[in-house]
Amino acid sequence: MMQGYLRSDGRKGIRNIVAVGYLVECAHHVAREIAMPHREEDVHVIGFPGCYPNDYAQRMMDRLCTHPNVGAVLLVSLGCESFNKYGLERAVRATGRPVKTITIQATGGTRSSIAEGRAWVAEQRAVLDEMQTVPMDVSELVVGTVCGGSDGTSGITGNPAAGRAFDRLVAAGAACIFEETGELIGCEHIMASRAINPALGQELEASVAKAARYYATLGYGSFAAGNADGGLSTIEEKSMGAYAKSGSSPISGMIKPGDVPPKGGLYLLDVVPDGEVRFGFPNINDNAEIAELIACGAHAVYFVTGRGSVVGSAVSPVIKICANPETYRRMADDMDVDAGRILDGRATLDQVGQEIYDLTLSLGQGKRTRSEDLCHQEFILTYKSFEPLGPSCLPH
Amino acid sequence: MTNTLPFLLLDERDNVLVVTRRIVLGDQLNIDGEIIEAMNDFPLAHKLARRPIRAGETVLKYGAPIGVATADIPRGAHVHVHNMKSGYTPTYTLDAEKGDEA
Repeated sequence: MMQGYLRSDGRKGIRNIVAVGYLVECAHHVAREIAMPHREEDVHVIGFPGCYPNDYAQRMMDRLCTHPNVGAVLLVSLGCESFNKYGLERAVRATGRPVKTITIQATGGTRSSIAEGRAWVAEQRAVLDEMQTVPMDVSELVVGTVCGGSDGTSGITGNPAAGRAFDRLVAAGAACIFEETGELIGCEHIMASRAINPALGQELEASVAKAARYYATLGYGSFAAGNADGGLSTIEEKSMGAYAKSGSSPISGMIKPGDVPPKGGLYLLDVVPDGEVRFGFPNINDNAEIAELIACGAHAVYFVTGRGSVVGSAVSPVIKICANPETYRRMADDMDVDAGRILDGRATLDQVGQEIYDLTLSLGQGKRTRSEDLCHQEFILTYKSFEPLGPSCLPH
Repeated sequence: MTNTLPFLLLDERDNVLVVTRRIVLGDQLNIDGEIIEAMNDFPLAHKLARRPIRAGETVLKYGAPIGVATADIPRGAHVHVHNMKSGYTPTYTLDAEKGDEA
């Protein structure tokens, strides 16, 4: 049985971290220094580097600071940035979590801010470490999936195996989220046919059409040079492989970054901004996608890699599923699951899918992932702009 | 039977096969009963033509279109960025920067 930390909104966390959030790049160093002595004790740095306000970034920080895996929040402000720190602090306080804002200009600079921040974090850490857990059911889990450093093995082993784990989770009542509409280009019609009703199917297709337009304007698809080295020739080919992560459950809805799935089922996360192209690429790297999945409430994220990514994330554990057996031999230390066994017949898709499912549940029983052990706590948040969800996106 | 071959057919409709073990130049390949000598090395998970593919023809993998051939591709040849392209956005590679490694 999993154990979770019960929060005031009824959700449960499988981690109990202190989040240290910087509200402009100018406060990043101070935030990092505050967290550094505790980096192996679940104190994670998140933040937004921009000095100009942005609704999306405000919402992302709000959702991350009130994520079920977060037990307390320290906000670090320089003092003159535009981020609405008062609103964020109020939102966190309303959930009953301990929260404090340090404003560097008021505290007297770097040294005094670090000292004050470290003292507060140490205090909160001690309190959180005494917190009792409660039993947690699979149906209370939210799990996300991404792939990165993909190659020709990803779509044959790791992604379909992650899809099998998703099928099991959805069957048990959990909410599962797949994403990156820019990597579904070419399979939008196949995907739309899995929607629970035709209106949702149209929304799914429209989200991919939006992504195709967005990337065409930018002149690059969601495709890196290493993808081609690994045998992938086109974005459509990468898409078909990436799509396999979604498994075979019906698609219950479409959400945008920061929307928490209203109930169990399979959801597509639309990550491409709405409106005209601005602020650059939708997600500038894998961690930008991971942060968005976590902002949607993901307790854990599956990361399928062929070429060999090493990243983890702040806030939620990342399970790294290695699709390529040659990569696994080189980088086994960074990988939680050796899905390349499927390629040479040492395991079946179902066996690896079951292994991923079991590992997911074990994260709620004290087990930690490789990237957690290695203190990977990557985090990135950039400018974006979204319109609210359309009425057909979340059918009842 | 298919397991003993160094490649995988993902869908009956496909005109490409996926390499599951490294193939080296000169290896004898049994493609749908025809023995063909490998024309080059194939790294893991790259694609080879299951049958001749004409320029302009759709390349099918997973039973789905993944792009269009930009040249005539003989059976057994490497199918990749040099002889096929996306129907959506172009594929950029670093091959030019790699010199001999490419």
